[in-house]
Amino acid sequence: MTPHEKAKRELERLAPVAGNGLLHRRAFLRGGATLAGAMSAYRLVPSASAQKLADDPWSLAPGAAVPDYGVRSRFENKVVRTLSNPKAEPRTQHARTPHHLLNGTFTPNALHFVISHAGDPDIDPDKHRLVIHGLVKQPLVFTLDTLSRYPMVSRMAFVECGGNSAPMFSNEPIQASVQALHGLVSCSEWTGVPLSSLLEEAGIDAKAKWIVAEGADAPHLSRSVPLAKALDDAMIALYQNGERVMPGNGYPMRLLLPGWEGNMNIKWVRRLQVTDQPGMTFYEARTYAPILPGGKAYRFYFIQEVKSFITHPSPGLALSGPGFYEISGIAYSGNGRISKVMVSADGGQTWAQAALQGPVHSKAFTRFRVPWRWDGGPVVLQSRAWDEAGNMQPTRSELVAARGQTARPPAVTGFPSQHYNAITSWAIERGGEVRNVYA
Amino acid sequence: MFTLKLRTFLIFVTLALFSNAAFGQAPKLGKPITAADLSEWDINILPDGTGLPPGSGTPADGARVYAAKCAVCHGPEAKGGANARLVGGEPIKSMDSEKTIANFWPFSTTLFDYIRRAMPFRQPRSLTNEEVYALTAYILSLNKLIGENDTMNAQTLPKVRMPNRDGFLIRFPDKTP
Repeated sequence: MTPHEKAKRELERLAPVAGNGLLHRRAFLRGGATLAGAMSAYRLVPSASAQKLADDPWSLAPGAAVPDYGVRSRFENKVVRTLSNPKAEPRTQHARTPHHLLNGTFTPNALHFVISHAGDPDIDPDKHRLVIHGLVKQPLVFTLDTLSRYPMVSRMAFVECGGNSAPMFSNEPIQASVQALHGLVSCSEWTGVPLSSLLEEAGIDAKAKWIVAEGADAPHLSRSVPLAKALDDAMIALYQNGERVMPGNGYPMRLLLPGWEGNMNIKWVRRLQVTDQPGMTFYEARTYAPILPGGKAYRFYFIQEVKSFITHPSPGLALSGPGFYEISGIAYSGNGRISKVMVSADGGQTWAQAALQGPVHSKAFTRFRVPWRWDGGPVVLQSRAWDEAGNMQPTRSELVAARGQTARPPAVTGFPSQHYNAITSWAIERGGEVRNVYA
Repeated sequence: MFTLKLRTFLIFVTLALFSNAAFGQAPKLGKPITAADLSEWDINILPDGTGLPPGSGTPADGARVYAAKCAVCHGPEAKGGANARLVGGEPIKSMDSEKTIANFWPFSTTLFDYIRRAMPFRQPRSLTNEEVYALTAYILSLNKLIGENDTMNAQTLPKVRMPNRDGFLIRFPDKTP
């Protein structure tokens, strides 16, 4: 018996820890690399069978010149964001992150989700200004150059649109990829100047309670932020994953409010007015005020609450037959660190604890993984996350009871409501195809 | 002995320097700016009317501006076109209800603020304050929230009470000042 066959036999003897073949989160690790060799891959395209090896053309001549700014392999050109408004018609544009084609916890800058309400401005960084005024002792103006001389901090943080996962409010499950359903959230390392140091420099008036932040984009997008958040962990972010913030994410600077509603993280930030009242701006008075059953609406839904979803497998990423797989996904909470993720393969009847990829950062993506032996029968995969503040991700029926759902399925790109953080369920049929279901 | 003292001294100097630069005070490089110099940017209107500029406008004035600059997207008489309608709206019942100015917007000041900062879509900040007051008056009048001869200005606009003013619940009271 070869080591590979031996390993596979050992795995087959492992008793599942939960229904439909979920294994202990360390099962693969215990067996080392040989066990990993037994794993099956999710398929986008049929895989080629083994054949005799030979040198390919790229091994027989020198390769291309190294570019000054790297570009990915041309074979990866299909890993792209999906665009809701590619011709830049006069309305909002959305670009969604392809979570099923990525792995790890950071989102590459070019694939970070973007929502621009009137396009991405082309800002000359030397002409950009950040003003702090209002209820302060001394109104101040900062340039990018002066901000670059302040002590900086770096931190991991997800940014999530308040409307991410809105198709999940549909009364019937919409068949779409994890990119279409959950693609308006991404995670980066952000580096910049703590907002508290700039506010302290301007001198905060005792009457101050809010900050109205405004961008330099065409809609001059503005949102109100409680002063306590601005003084806690808010940042004027200048760098995203080590390079300057991307144009779609606020070049040359954005307000970063870790864990809070994406729209409040004002991009291209140019002005912070310290006030004694919220501005009741268009986006807080109208757009990001989700309607509740009965007709009232929530105001100031600041926090992106604990959430998780499985990216591998997910719709469009099928299983290539019975065998061993690693289920993985991302979890995050605007209330702190992820403390636990449980995974079910039987629609929530039994659960296995997932391994969390460390280090687990506060208000950032945490990748979870669990080994799984699929016997080829129908299953329903779910993940459920907990955060260090003790919050538990709700089931869909719990969320719908509190928040409602649509009467008829909306367009997949529609936003019937906001702040959906309930459990996502993927059903897998005998052929290995994955579907979005409510379970 | 001397070396040890020198070393201790150097450690103290280093600590003092670093605690100031890296962990303590920021360098204070912001430049003072006068109210006059930031007036072009100082465009926030707060719900109590703070920030509203001098000037005024009537629904009749607004109808003319609307036809010239707004109808192309929002349709004749604000009934909707390529972009949202600005008049009417059934009472809000559920997430399937369409949010409109009349059935949802809680503060009249948001209209002035948003039109001035973001509209027209292709030419934001091109309207005069008089035109913004006039458009605000026109839209409020179409929705029967003010009379068709009422004038909107810094005193009258904040007093317009929107129908859905009390239709909201604060999601996180402990985080909301």
